[in-house]
Amino acid sequence: MTPSRKRDLKLGLFFASPYIVGFLGLTLLPLIASFCFSFADYDIFNPPKWIGLENFTKLGQDRLFWISLWNTAFFTVFAVPLGMTVAFLLALLLNRKMIARPVFRTIFFLPSIVPLVAASVLWVWVFNSQYGYLNWALQPVCNVFNLIPGVHTAAPNWLQSPTWAKPALVIMNVWGVGGTMVLYLAALQDVPQTLYEVADLDGASSWRKVWHVTLPMVSPILFFTLVMGLIGALQVFTQAYIMTKGGQPGVSTLFYCLYLFQNAFEYFRLGYASAMAWILFAIIGVITAIVFKATGRFIYYEGGTGE
Amino acid sequence: MKRGSLLTHVMAAALSLVFLFPFVWLLASAVKPNELLKQWPPVWVFTPTLEHLRELFQPDSPFQFWQFLLNTLYVCAFTVCGNLLSSSMVAYGFARLRWPGRDLLFYAMLGTMMVPAQTMMIPIFLLFRNLGWIDTFLPLTIPTLFGNAFFIFMLRQFFLTVPKDLLDAARVDGHGEVAIWWRVVMPLSIPALAVVGLFSFLGAWNDFINPLIYLLDETRYTLSLGLAMFQGQYEAQYGRLMAASALMTCPIVILFFFAQRQFIEGIKMTGIKG
Repeated sequence: MTPSRKRDLKLGLFFASPYIVGFLGLTLLPLIASFCFSFADYDIFNPPKWIGLENFTKLGQDRLFWISLWNTAFFTVFAVPLGMTVAFLLALLLNRKMIARPVFRTIFFLPSIVPLVAASVLWVWVFNSQYGYLNWALQPVCNVFNLIPGVHTAAPNWLQSPTWAKPALVIMNVWGVGGTMVLYLAALQDVPQTLYEVADLDGASSWRKVWHVTLPMVSPILFFTLVMGLIGALQVFTQAYIMTKGGQPGVSTLFYCLYLFQNAFEYFRLGYASAMAWILFAIIGVITAIVFKATGRFIYYEGGTGE
Repeated sequence: MKRGSLLTHVMAAALSLVFLFPFVWLLASAVKPNELLKQWPPVWVFTPTLEHLRELFQPDSPFQFWQFLLNTLYVCAFTVCGNLLSSSMVAYGFARLRWPGRDLLFYAMLGTMMVPAQTMMIPIFLLFRNLGWIDTFLPLTIPTLFGNAFFIFMLRQFFLTVPKDLLDAARVDGHGEVAIWWRVVMPLSIPALAVVGLFSFLGAWNDFINPLIYLLDETRYTLSLGLAMFQGQYEAQYGRLMAASALMTCPIVILFFFAQRQFIEGIKMTGIKG
């Protein structure tokens, strides 16, 4: 190595040193350690004991593990597409000619910055089946349905109901899509006006314009929010920890990361929890890869494919 | 000039109502007398009371707003300073210096952004436990000194836009790289630093899982942990709970109105890669 390259390296390492320390100490070594723990029986108080694949075979027979996986899948499958759709429709609406656009944009954005803990406490009260305003607002809807002979509907019990607790959390999630909407709105405003003018000349209807011009042009950002949304939803934790007291009613909102947390910090089954963490890592990796593969040909990047 | 159709505005107004209603409910419940809170159908017109707020500020209140606020602000201030210093330093190394191994480390860093925090959580907990850091603020503050992959990436993108001539001129004048980072690049990057500072602040303010893991004593609770524990104990005290939630939310909303541009820019920056 020439002296000047040596100097460059020293300088570079100096500037990167905070991150190098962090990368080794807070990312790489912990990753290796948790990988090792996943093959061990470890309760903090006694030294870890190698048990091979036992954590994984035990997980396979653990009813709560599969339930937590199912609950998380349910939440992800509904919350992500619903959130994206609502965010996109709001962005389309705001992208139309309108007065007071900044006011509306602020209103739709504001819920997304409410601290999740505060939002969770608030929504417990919103969902309160006896006194919450949501059921007060739904009552008239139910009354309309009840006009049909033989039909009797009542507003759901939300967080007290094993059936409705997960949908309740999905609904709450929709309230916070403002950030995604801001991203979509920015992407919509970047679509060149000329493309719409050409479509107008061809006599395209508004919906065809959305389908054939807007969607392809904003597809990279849709893809980005899909991946980030999936990763975020698979890690859902805080809402359930606070709103449903760690997974109630029954185990209907016992989400994956909640069960992982309980294993790690309440039952001190650190090896077991590490195995869960690595399974989550693998699931996220596989899902991201699938999304990349499946959507690749639908995404339009300006100036050719890929950079 | 076309002002847009009536339908657009009616829809926007109706949806605004839906999105705003939880806020109305929050504020209304925070000042609603106890005897009216549990009335069906909900009472919308009443004389507001400050009893819930006053109860929160009693010395024996389980939700010690001032104490929790002070703790949160301490963690936030440390996080903002730590992230700005460390992330900008590393970002400078990635953006404006050439050195062997730079790109490898940079891509490794981008790769770590995909790893769920849960995978590292347990060994990091054991590390901090061995250091005797449980029930101190150190696990919340010290990690910010090592830079944050996301902020490093954001700042690197911004630093790349600083004209090369400016840096070369400073080099010709005999300034070292540290001086160039600190006195040339940093002052030119105030807008990006403001965004990073804001998002660091929000991250620390909203963080729940780390305080939950590391803080034990009530005198060290942050607002989010304090509110969660308060909710756990006083589930049925909706008036006080809503007042406490409002207290935790208000500073963020006020911050938003002062730094709207940075909020929006920050959100857009997260999507740049897309």
